[in-house]
Amino acid sequence: MAMLEFIPQLGRRALQTVPGLGVASRFLLSSLLSVFNRHFSFQQLFRQIYGFGVRSLILMVVAAFFTGMVLGFQGYYALVRFGATSALGTLIALSLLRELGPVLTALLFAGRAGSALTAEISSMKATEQLSAMEMMAVNPLAWVVAPRLWAGIISVPILCAIFDLVGIFGGYLISVPVLGVDGGTFWAQMQSNVTFSGDILTGLFKALCFGVVVTWIAAWKGYTARPTAEGVGNATTLSVVTASLTVLGLDFILTALLFS
Amino acid sequence: MAAEALVELENVRFARGSHPVLAGVDMHIPRGAIVALMGASGGGKTTMLNLMAGTLRPQSGQIRIAGQDLQKLSEDAMYGLRRQMGMLFQHSALFTDLSAFENVAFPLRRHFRLPENLLRKLVMMKLEAVGLRGAAGLFPAELSGGMGRRIALARAVVMDPMLIFYDEPFTGLDPISVGIIASLIKRLNTALGATSVLVSHDVEETFSIADYGFILAGGKIIAEGSPADLRASDSALARQFLGGQPDGPVPFHYPARQDYAAALRDSHAAGEVL
Ligand SMILES: Nc1ncnc2c1ncn2[C@@H]1O[C@H](COP(=O)(O)OP(=O)(O)O)[C@@H](O)[C@H]1O
Ligand SMILES: [Mg+2]
Repeated sequence: MAMLEFIPQLGRRALQTVPGLGVASRFLLSSLLSVFNRHFSFQQLFRQIYGFGVRSLILMVVAAFFTGMVLGFQGYYALVRFGATSALGTLIALSLLRELGPVLTALLFAGRAGSALTAEISSMKATEQLSAMEMMAVNPLAWVVAPRLWAGIISVPILCAIFDLVGIFGGYLISVPVLGVDGGTFWAQMQSNVTFSGDILTGLFKALCFGVVVTWIAAWKGYTARPTAEGVGNATTLSVVTASLTVLGLDFILTALLFS
Repeated sequence: MAAEALVELENVRFARGSHPVLAGVDMHIPRGAIVALMGASGGGKTTMLNLMAGTLRPQSGQIRIAGQDLQKLSEDAMYGLRRQMGMLFQHSALFTDLSAFENVAFPLRRHFRLPENLLRKLVMMKLEAVGLRGAAGLFPAELSGGMGRRIALARAVVMDPMLIFYDEPFTGLDPISVGIIASLIKRLNTALGATSVLVSHDVEETFSIADYGFILAGGKIIAEGSPADLRASDSALARQFLGGQPDGPVPFHYPARQDYAAALRDSHAAGEVL
């Protein structure tokens, strides 16, 4: 009985979600395309990129540093048993470039910048600022949403590259000075085993996809929030939860497609 | 009305889901007038302003502004028409990240490339008109409710619109600010040669500046006319609204399933109050 009710419920849920996705996709497309609108401003875009950078840079650097150091310890522990500590540099670099860099950058970005973006847009909506803009014949998608979306899409790969670099440096600090792995081997092995297009570019491509998804979800949740104080709070929480789960799910799909 | 209409609504219907908000509204708003739109809250007054501004579309009926049928306008043309409209929002809707000056300058900056000194002059003129030139550098969080409303008013008229909407401009203000806003609405309408649509429940203040009034109830216009006509109206609904009587054709009680005596009996039996 429970099962029999569960299946049509699932179907109903799916039927409600699909048109919702359609509307959200149209929102994404028309926002991205409004770079051609006369009210799109590159000054706003740069200001947003700067804002995202300021908000998340220190967070990224600290998180990356610790992640790299932990990778150094754990990798050493795994490799020393096979007498393969010379591969430690490769292990750290590949883990960061292909997986941890993009995913952790995206998760931190969703928590820090994405939530702030949702809160900003939803409170602009709740206080009628978006309607006021429309009344002044300025398209809010072009003036408010588009610069933030593009800024997110541009920022996440850059932040990811910084995450990768700092993480590798953290890994180096643990591996070489602390654990006594040979420095020359550490770098040489890394250099010969990491490929530019196979590892670095695909990692950054992942970050780009995550950037689109996280800022899209953040902007959409803000734009469709109920225009009340409670609605703003709910949208902000939902934005982080949805974006984080979507990043993890999408990461699985992208990894399966890109690295198989 | 004899005067030429700037805004015409013909049998306009609008529903939220299954709830009909407007059930066939007809209205003619003469050019140059200050027209009041009154009715109970939740009655659809804000909805009506949004329909006239084209931010909502009616399910049926026609809305014409300066002879143009809004339904037939493209999105671009609608944005173009809106540059000739201004709206004062119920909660001011100032941009919280911009100073009072930049709030007023916003429409000018977005639509024109003006030299900075000319732009300053235009903005200062509007700020002077609302008596707040001295507050140009303040941010919305630093303004009182009445001052915020005046800055929002300056922003609404900075493009010299032909049609200005005011959504409950008196609500939540002290009596002095109410008087200031009312006289500003009157003065701006004359100075700009504009037409104003004023939504309010403040009967006295509204009638002191309005040329004509409409009363909206049950999704329809139930009475219209000059303030004097409306006061003399023999419609029971209009009299209840204008007189502020708690009970009348609009009942004091929200409909209940049971009558009061039966509900008391039942709750007594159940040992709880429903
Ligand atoms: N965004 C919305 N979504 C759903 N219902 C709404 C929305 N805005 C207004 N309504 C409903 O429409 C009706 C008319 O609202 P409104 O035009 O704001 O009334 P008024 O301005 O006269 O107080 C109300 O019943 C209100 O609950
Ligand atoms: Mg209202």
